Amino acid sequence: MPEKLTTIDYSFLQQCMHCGMCLPTCPTYDLTKRERHGPRGRIALMRAVVDGELPVDEEFSKEMSYCLGCLACQTACPAGVDYARLFEAARAEVVVQQGQKNTASTFWRWLTLEVLFMNPRLLRGVARMLRIYQKSGIENIVRKMRLTKLLPASLRNVEPLAPRIGEYFSNEIIEAHEKPLGKTRYRVAVLTGCVQDLVFANINRDTVDVLLANGCAVDTPPLQGCCGSLHGHNGEPTLAAELARAMIDQFPPKKYDAIISNAGGCGSHLRHYSRLLADDPQYAEVSKIWDSKLRDIHEWLAEIGCRAPLPSNESSMVVTYHESCHLTHGQKVRLAPVSLLRLLPCVSLVELYESAWCCGSAGVYSITQPETSDVLLDRKVRHILATGASILATSNPGCHLQIERGLRAAGSEIEILQPVTLLARAYRREQTSSQTL
Amino acid sequence: MSSSVWIKELVDIVGQDHVLTAKIDILPYSFDGTATLKQSPLAVVFPANTSEVAACVRLAIHHEIAVVTRGSGTGLSGGSVPSPNSLVICLVRMDAVLAVDPENLTVRAQAGAITQKIDDAAGEYGLFYPPDPGSIKISTIGGNVAENSGGLRGLKYGVTRDYVMELEVVLPDASIVRLGNACVKDVAGYSLKDLFIGSEGTLGIVTEVLLKLLPKPEARRTMLATYARMEDAAETVSAIIAARIIPCTLEFLDQTTIRCVEDFCRIGLPTDAAALLLMETDGHPAAVADEAERMEAIARKMGASSIRVAKDTNEAAVLATARRSAFSALARLRPTTILEDVTVPRNQLATMVSFINEVASRYGLLVGTFGHMGDGNLHPTFLADEKDADEMKRVHLALNEIVTRTIELGGTITGEHGVGLAKREWLAQQVGDASLSLMKLVKHSLDPRNLLNPGKIFH
Repeated sequence: MPEKLTTIDYSFLQQCMHCGMCLPTCPTYDLTKRERHGPRGRIALMRAVVDGELPVDEEFSKEMSYCLGCLACQTACPAGVDYARLFEAARAEVVVQQGQKNTASTFWRWLTLEVLFMNPRLLRGVARMLRIYQKSGIENIVRKMRLTKLLPASLRNVEPLAPRIGEYFSNEIIEAHEKPLGKTRYRVAVLTGCVQDLVFANINRDTVDVLLANGCAVDTPPLQGCCGSLHGHNGEPTLAAELARAMIDQFPPKKYDAIISNAGGCGSHLRHYSRLLADDPQYAEVSKIWDSKLRDIHEWLAEIGCRAPLPSNESSMVVTYHESCHLTHGQKVRLAPVSLLRLLPCVSLVELYESAWCCGSAGVYSITQPETSDVLLDRKVRHILATGASILATSNPGCHLQIERGLRAAGSEIEILQPVTLLARAYRREQTSSQTL
Repeated sequence: MSSSVWIKELVDIVGQDHVLTAKIDILPYSFDGTATLKQSPLAVVFPANTSEVAACVRLAIHHEIAVVTRGSGTGLSGGSVPSPNSLVICLVRMDAVLAVDPENLTVRAQAGAITQKIDDAAGEYGLFYPPDPGSIKISTIGGNVAENSGGLRGLKYGVTRDYVMELEVVLPDASIVRLGNACVKDVAGYSLKDLFIGSEGTLGIVTEVLLKLLPKPEARRTMLATYARMEDAAETVSAIIAARIIPCTLEFLDQTTIRCVEDFCRIGLPTDAAALLLMETDGHPAAVADEAERMEAIARKMGASSIRVAKDTNEAAVLATARRSAFSALARLRPTTILEDVTVPRNQLATMVSFINEVASRYGLLVGTFGHMGDGNLHPTFLADEKDADEMKRVHLALNEIVTRTIELGGTITGEHGVGLAKREWLAQQVGDASLSLMKLVKHSLDPRNLLNPGKIFH
């Protein structure tokens, strides 16, 4: 049975000794200075629900939606509280007991979680239509004529947040099987993701190129399902389990040395399939193997000893790094991306103040809690501008889109790139310079 | 009594946004950092300044409501756990670091200012605020003053009391007083500020502080020594101090804690070691180099089985991981973590640690002990499950014995966490009847209505 608050092992709640060490790292506590908006307060509310002292009502539901789920508290916690698990169980409890009272948000949940992200072909189909809408100029006409006013409020608010669909999807630029030029050291699979596939397929291409340059033979099936992270983080463990089984079927983990994720938010969910499928006799064992093979791209490259690109005569650039919450706090991959950036020739790396503070993207948070999301985005943009960097490196499509929106609104042209993209470019420059020799 | 009347008056004082009464809002204020203690308040109010605090106290007097002052709620003796039927005055809105005075080496701050932010502000002038309680990143300075908090640097730099120069306090009759001043020397009348430092919110509400700062030490050196015998570690500490070296840090871990830490962090600690010492000296670079060399020699002479000296700040941080993760490594083992705070004269440390282990095994309990060896301040940490009534009873019996032994050895039931609710039953045993009566006399003189934090320290 999927986990919810009232079925979770009570000791998970008891693990919190309410010492308060989480408070200074929690963005919503920092903004409000109210205990209920901080991790130990939320855990106290969850415990009160389980103890029968507090109903799962609208207020409780609101509080669980107000939490970003950034997991900064998990890094700060000295007692090892598994906040991610408690938080997902609490959201699942809300969905079961409360349903979704707000009809607009019910519609969006249904459309995204139950329809689009359950069906990759349909998702790409919708993305194609969105691409035509954005590229053909219809979008501009609609916006100029203010036709968006005709849309219902829920759609009107979301419309400007819709990401620009990429020129290509991953399968159009990545072969299903690609081999390195030299000796094959490892066999890996690359997960192309959903948003990553539709908006940033080039980042998937870069990921494959960097893996090839480091002796990995890469499998990238052309049509891949959603990993279920959106579902897991938003109180739909049953759908998440269904998607997890499909992923394991598509990528039998025994076949690979590593299964690579390049999106912080997805990876954070992907590496815990065994928890989701613990009660499934057919998948319990194989999901443990899956978890042991799952790697974030930066983590994997650091593990196998990423080759430093050869020096080039590029002019030097100043780069700063924003940490994706689910990479840093969820997956505890903190040093690897920085160590990869340090390999780059002609790059000087400057520190970003509060680099591990949430940018407000947080999955669907920018849609469900736009005000708080914008406050966090402003704070992030301010710190990025203060670094004087010309490139912001980050590693999660959600952060990428959010921060890009913030920087452009602030009139900044700072380029946003993934560490793998910078690496891939440096490797490509090696080839051009050796050809000219 | 209808609460709606005084709630409305509260709203008139601070505004609607700064009064909490709904269950879901106030439930997270029913505890602080202390295990197992819980009591919901009637309401929580967030005043913006000293006069609003005084107005809230006036209201509480008029409606006969107990008042519990709270900062970030990280206390470890239940000092800010609400009394029954009380109003919580939470000072987190009064969080300004008002001014650093680099000429007089002081900093002025509101009571709700975060301790770390005060140290950061001092840091901009090459100064620092030495007391560093474990919760420094979120604890408020008002809470530190109320509890007279210590920290890792106590041996060399002392505790909160040693840095408080002046206090602004709202008294239980709602009047506002300023005690002390910016002078290094001041003997005008009773030193009343000292009465309020460590008074655990029972005598007044501290609203503003003026603190002494020190120049930042130019250099520091960190080392980690392990021992096969607890006594050797304790003798190392005594020998270092006898050699007229005052290190800023002398922290230790016992065997259970070492094993938990190694299990959890895998940093290569010898799990057969009986004790581990983390030592740090700071000051002028030449003095630091000399002291570090002599400390290493003393540790070797006293039988340390291994010594690692940090080459740079990065390695120092790695060495400090062992001590920093002590509590967390222990806390992960069982659902309920009961952290104690007994303190004994330094020469009784080895005796006390082996007594704690003996008691724990007699009651069938899991305990790990670590602490500030330079101060004789121990943190025996019992790992239990609050849902197991029998086990909790055994913890209590074990604590009784530990307290009795501590007092026999000339120690104290609490070195830095305060009495609050958690250690109330042992205070009489600690201080004696005459002293306890004097404390009650002071309390009654200042707070005849028993308005502020009733039931804390004593009944």
